Formats: sequence, C-alpha cells, structure tokens
Amino acid sequence: MQSTAFDFENNAHKALDDAELRQAMARVATNFTGGRAAAAARLPEFEALRDRAVEIKNHTIANLDHYLALFERNVEKRGGKVHWCATPREARETILSLCRQVGARTVTKGKSMIAEEIALNPFLAENGVEPIETDLGEYIIQLADEPPSHIIGPAVHKTKRQVADLFHEHHRKYGKEKILTEGGDMVAEAREILRQKFLDADVGITGANFLVAETGSTIIVTNEGNGDLTQTLPQMHIVISAIDKVVPNLEDVSTILRVLARSATGQEMSVYTTFSTGPRRDGDLDGPGQFHVVLLDNGRSGLLGTEKQDLLRCIRCGACMNHCPVYHAVGGHAYGWVYPGPIGAAIDPVFLGLEEARHLPQASTFCGKCEQVCPMRIPLPKIMRHWREESFERRVTPVVPRTLMEAWAFVARHPRLYGLGARLAARILKALGRDGKIVSLPLGSGWTDGRDFPAPEGRTFQEMWSARRGARS
Amino acid sequence: MTARDRLFANLGRALAMAPGRVSPAEAAARLDRRTPNLIPDRAQGSGEELVERFVQWAERVQATTARVATLADVPAAAADFLNRHNLPQRLRLAPHPLIEGLDWSSRPLIEVASGRAEAHDLSSLALAFAGIAETGTLMLHSGPQTPTTLNFLPDNHIVLLPARAIAGSYEAAWARLRAAFGDDWPRTVNLVTGPSRTADIEQELILGAHGPRRLHIIIVDDDARQEG
Ligand code: SF4
Repeated sequence: MQSTAFDFENNAHKALDDAELRQAMARVATNFTGGRAAAAARLPEFEALRDRAVEIKNHTIANLDHYLALFERNVEKRGGKVHWCATPREARETILSLCRQVGARTVTKGKSMIAEEIALNPFLAENGVEPIETDLGEYIIQLADEPPSHIIGPAVHKTKRQVADLFHEHHRKYGKEKILTEGGDMVAEAREILRQKFLDADVGITGANFLVAETGSTIIVTNEGNGDLTQTLPQMHIVISAIDKVVPNLEDVSTILRVLARSATGQEMSVYTTFSTGPRRDGDLDGPGQFHVVLLDNGRSGLLGTEKQDLLRCIRCGACMNHCPVYHAVGGHAYGWVYPGPIGAAIDPVFLGLEEARHLPQASTFCGKCEQVCPMRIPLPKIMRHWREESFERRVTPVVPRTLMEAWAFVARHPRLYGLGARLAARILKALGRDGKIVSLPLGSGWTDGRDFPAPEGRTFQEMWSARRGARS
Repeated sequence: MTARDRLFANLGRALAMAPGRVSPAEAAARLDRRTPNLIPDRAQGSGEELVERFVQWAERVQATTARVATLADVPAAAADFLNRHNLPQRLRLAPHPLIEGLDWSSRPLIEVASGRAEAHDLSSLALAFAGIAETGTLMLHSGPQTPTTLNFLPDNHIVLLPARAIAGSYEAAWARLRAAFGDDWPRTVNLVTGPSRTADIEQELILGAHGPRRLHIIIVDDDARQEG
C-alpha cells in the first residue's frame, strides 16, 4: 500500500474527530484486552510458556540460515518449491509469473499481512489477475477500497451500518437487493457469494503464521475456514511469507501456538490451524496440484545483530495494539502503513525508511503496556527509543524539535540555569492559568487543543524542598 | 548471484558470532530429540480423564458431542444429529473402511455416498486421527481415505473420534502422527477447534463464516470392527 506514515500528525487529527471510529476503538479496548486477560488467567503456565516461546525464537534467529535451508529441503522433498525474494517487487513478480503458468484469471486469498506489505492486490489486478479477498474482514475492506486497520481484525474500524451499505452497493450485481441489519445475515450473504469464488479460482494464495523446518510445512491460523477453502480447491497453492516465520519443529510450534490465540483474541486455540506440506499426494482426492512458498526478506535480515533484532520474534498476534492507548485513540489507519500500533511504530521504519516513518516511533506514551502483554516479550518501547535516537542523530528530526531538544540538553547539564528556567516557567504558567487550568498555551496548541494543561502552583519542587528543609533545620 | 545466495551469504555473515549460535550437528540433534518444551498440567492425564476434558473444552467452543459404545451405534448417532437440526438425511462419507464399513442399512432413511465433498453436500462424516484434550481440538489429515474437503465444504461437519485416539497435548498427537506416517507426511493436517466463526463485524461472534456452521463429534468408546 501507498504509505501515508509521513503524515501521521494529520492522520491522527482526522481520526480523533471520527465518531464511528471512537466507538469501534472502544470495542477493541474492552473486548480484546478482557479476552486476553481471561485466557491468560485460565492457563497457569501462561507466563512460563511465554518464556519458552521467547527462547525458541531466539534460538531459531541465531541459527536462521540453518533452519531456512532445512525448511527448503523439506518443502522440496515433498514436491513443493521455495522462491527466495529480497524485495517486494521480486515477490510480486514471482507470484504473478506463477499465476500466469496456470493461466489464472481469478485468485482467492486468505488473510496475509505480507501480501499487504508487498502491495500484491493492485499489482495482480493491473496485470489481469483478479484477487479476491476471502477473510470476511479483508473482503469488507476490499469492497471499501481501504487498507486494513488492525493486523488480525482488518475491518475493526467499520460499523455494522457501514458493512450493510457496502454489501448493498456491491452485492446488487448478484441479485441481493435487501439492506441487511443483522450481522448473521451479512455473514451468510458474504458466505454465499464467496463460495462460488472459491470454487472458480485458479490459484489460492495464503500467508503463513509459521514455517516448520522439520517437516517443510507452512501453517495458517484462522477462525473462518476461508484460508482452507482457498488452498484446498484451486490447482495451485501459493504461500507468501517471510524469513522470520520459521521455527525448528512441531514441538516448538505447539509451544508458540499456546500463547498465540490467547494473546490475540483470548481464544484457547483458533478454530483452524492448518499445516500444509507439498502438493496433493498420489491417490489424494483433493488438494492443490502445485505448492509454492514465496519467502520475502525485505530488510528483515538486516536486523540481525542490531538492537532491533528482537522484532524478528514477532508472531503478529496484535496484542500490543489491542492494549495501546495511542492505537485506541487514533485507530490503525492513522499510522499510514501496513502494520499499525506499537509493532508498526517499531517495525515500519525498517520497511519504509526512517524519513518516511519517523513520526511512528513518537506515537507512544511509553506506558509500557505493549511490552507487558507481548507474548514474545519484545521490548517495543526500547526499540522505539532507538529509532528516536537514530532520527535525532541522522538529523531526520525537523529543526524546531531538534533545536528545542539541544537547548533542553544544554540546560539540563547546567543545574543553576535549569533552576532559574524552572522558576521562571512555573511563575509564567501560573499567571496563564485560570482555576488551575491552562486552556490555551502559546506555541503549545498541539497540547491544549485537545485538553487542558494543568497550571503549576507557581513554585518549583526545588524551591519547596529547600523551603521545607530550611523550616526544619 | 541469486537472491537465495545473497540472503544466505548475509545471514552467514550476520550470524557468525551470534550468541546462541550452535553447530549444524547440535541443531540437528535438538531437532531429533523432539523434546516437548512445556506441557501444561491441563494436557496431562490419561484415559477417561482425557475424554472428559476433551468434551468439556470442545463444548466450550460450540462443538457438540455424543458418546457411543461401539461402531455399530454411529449411524444412529449421525441420524439423531441430522434429525435434531431438521437436516436432510444425506451424508457424504469419508471413503475410509472404518466409516464405509458401518452398517448403514440399519438406517434405511439415510442416503450415503462416499468420496471428497462436493459444493452441494450439506453434511459430511469424517474420521479424526486424534483428539487433543487440552483445548478440545481434533486432528485430521488428508489422504485417499480422508479428503480435506469433507472438513470445510459442508455446512455440517460430523466427525468420528475413537476414544482411544484422544491425547492430552498437541505434542502427544504429533508423536502419534509421526509414528503412523514416518517420512510419508500427509499434504494437509488440520487442527480443528470448534465450528467456523467470525467476529469481523463489530466483534460479534457469528458461527459458520466459511467453514462448517456446526461441528458434531461422535466419540466411540470401542472402535473394534465386528467382522461378518
Ligand atoms: S509485537 Fe508482540 S504483541 Fe505485538 S504483534 Fe508482535 S508478538 Fe504480538
């Protein structure tokens, strides 16, 4: 997708004025967080499982070349093929040429964030292959021509009314004239329309939550069953995934699966966890005749050995955004690219460059909730801080904040100057306040437009401290 | 140099001194040990205990279950399910001897056909390879006698599960699958936990998104086949 990450400030302002988005985000804040907490409480070993999951991924990352090569060998042993792609462009072209091999006209798709990362849909469409999203949330936003706003609930920002209107507009061509009001009827209508698409598709494209080196299997984790119809019915199954998804064996993936759904939706286990290994075997009555795995790097290997390497542990569960006050306030679209929320703030600069994405690592209150709930214990705030430092050092940060920060650093290193400044500021701010509040702050409207700034009492902490000490002695 | 060569050259360089780096032999040994990492208490136990736990968790995710004594009771249990939901008495059967060999003549009203599922099939009867008690999960695999379409195309997914196939943990089920298939791993392994669902519209839980609306599990205590 086209990034608008550079415009985070404007995007966020617009989002704050969107009443329907407010409602949707309130639902995210209560449902997902409550679900996760309950699921974690039901499993006494949950915290210990997180530790083991972290160990498994750290071991895999330290030996990534070994496990990727083993994965490839096992895919090929079972008659599949792995395609290595350094860039999104290579991945798009590989997928298109595979589609052309079988003369594909339509392609059904399971939900894949990597497909979003490489902007696959517009590319296929431009080249005469129609991509059809089949995950209900992805289907809704494809009709709306919008990017996903959440990595596991792409349409969490849409209300039922909006979905009803979209279906009314786009389903008329299938003879569906009624405006629906019940969620159940909407699901049934989409099911009926998509069923035919599954049966007609020439190629099915899915993502992969994990790759298992031991068996050469790719894994999808879903609730709807769309990914399974996508990969079982057409003659070719293409998996689009990335090099950081590999795990050594079935024992390892079982451990990680125990923390994935619980962290994501609060389910004990997602409904369908499907392991795909090669094409259909001789004698099989169904399944794809061809199996291809397109493995993308897109800068991931460059994180190895850096202070941001821990990002490679991410299993894209969405818990960090579900618990993030900034995400709750602005929603996913404000981030302007594929991965929103804390994981997006920490990883989007890898894919977009720091110039483009420099606002995102600032989109944090450093409350630390994301790291606390991240099943893979990724130090997201620390990584955002690294980006901020880098942005300052590389002079990506604009002049005004830079100068202010430099001035601040100077003052902070000179205690007497600091004391003087603080005394002045406290008195000026007190004078600006009415009833202990400042409703408009010169040069600070970004703060006071949305809320009041508490006015100080007129004296600094140091002044009061020395006054108290003076009174005692 | 291909993209693959470049990637592996980069990885080799970046990882040469990485903490936690092990030799290929050590990595291979770790893989072969197949040691489970951490099995929760909930996945421990045996026999009846596991069957009960399986049922409890499966029902929590809106699967329904029936428990019968022998294979001879399966046709009646399947018919009951179809009747209860006012469904046509028609079933697509897994072309597996255990299921095809059931005495369907005892239920003359049920029309059965075996094979992969077709678009118009409303109900299927599949065979699970294992049950996993810790989350009420079924393990099914593809094969000439167990086509995957049976698990996804029909609206109603009925699954025969021998009681002794219920394991405690995912790891225990994997061990059984490895023992059964060795290197001849099936194309598809499905772990199924409840019927299909979505929460994509205002986070309301709605069953039957694309896969089956209903999942009914018939647990058979004694799955020995009566000959003759
Ligand atoms: S960073 Fe952690 S919480 Fe966020 S999506 Fe990744 S694994 Fe989940």
